[in-house]
Amino acid sequence: MALEEFVDLKLDHHTKDGIEVVDVEGEIDVYTAPRLRELLIELVNNGFYQLVVNMEKVEFLDSTGLGVLVGGLKRVRAHDGSLDLVCTQERILKIFRITGLTKVFGIHDTVDEAITARKAEK
Amino acid sequence: MPTVEVSFTPLPAHVRTARLVATAVARRSGVDEALLDEVRLAVGEACSRAVEAHRLYCPAEPVRIALTDSAGRFEVEVTDAGAAGGAGLAGAADDAGQDSGRDLAGSAAGGAAAGPVPGGSQGLDHGLGLAVIAGLADDVQISETAGGVRIRMSWPAVGLQH
Repeated sequence: MALEEFVDLKLDHHTKDGIEVVDVEGEIDVYTAPRLRELLIELVNNGFYQLVVNMEKVEFLDSTGLGVLVGGLKRVRAHDGSLDLVCTQERILKIFRITGLTKVFGIHDTVDEAITARKAEK
Repeated sequence: MPTVEVSFTPLPAHVRTARLVATAVARRSGVDEALLDEVRLAVGEACSRAVEAHRLYCPAEPVRIALTDSAGRFEVEVTDAGAAGGAGLAGAADDAGQDSGRDLAGSAAGGAAAGPVPGGSQGLDHGLGLAVIAGLADDVQISETAGGVRIRMSWPAVGLQH
């Protein structure tokens, strides 16, 4: 990848089956995590309380990013909402395991699986 | 004498650069490919908390990293000057930021593999980052110095590749 093409963090979101899916691509660290935090806050402020964060294209995640996800979960739970994750990458899953956060988040293999699981819980 | 020394202005944007340099030197030192992700993450965590400490207490001071390859180990030492403003381990960066949701994360920390952080605080209150480092690095020492906090981490390395 040429240097000028490097994108540290790319964020997008769309609605699927009544759930807001946040697509994250790139690196979530102390520099970029505030942008994800702002997006999650914006979504909650706009009434989206059922969130799925798709991390399949995340190349790096540190504790700052974990903190943002936990903060997002706390915000949606305040509205009886949910925040599930989609992630199959071992290097990303490892940090969730080290911190014990696998017990806090629902972590799924695909967006469809996350949505189906969420709907089944309702 | 460190193989590579890096010092950088305490800006979050520079943490990525520090990670990349550390990973590159680790690879050259012969650290197993399977461990490079751990090196990258642990160095990133150490630099992140150092940057936060410096931004709070001594923004004009650079964060320093020393990367050393010796005796079959690749060692990383991240030194901050946060204690100049009273940071130390007790004031370690609130890694989760304003949005931490400590009640949620705290419940998970009880089961974290990291356990107590040697020489200082433990759990999320004083740095999820430190817990991550403790869980990642093959060998880690966290100590307070006269000027701040020093985090030393090391991994096995097969030797310098020329």
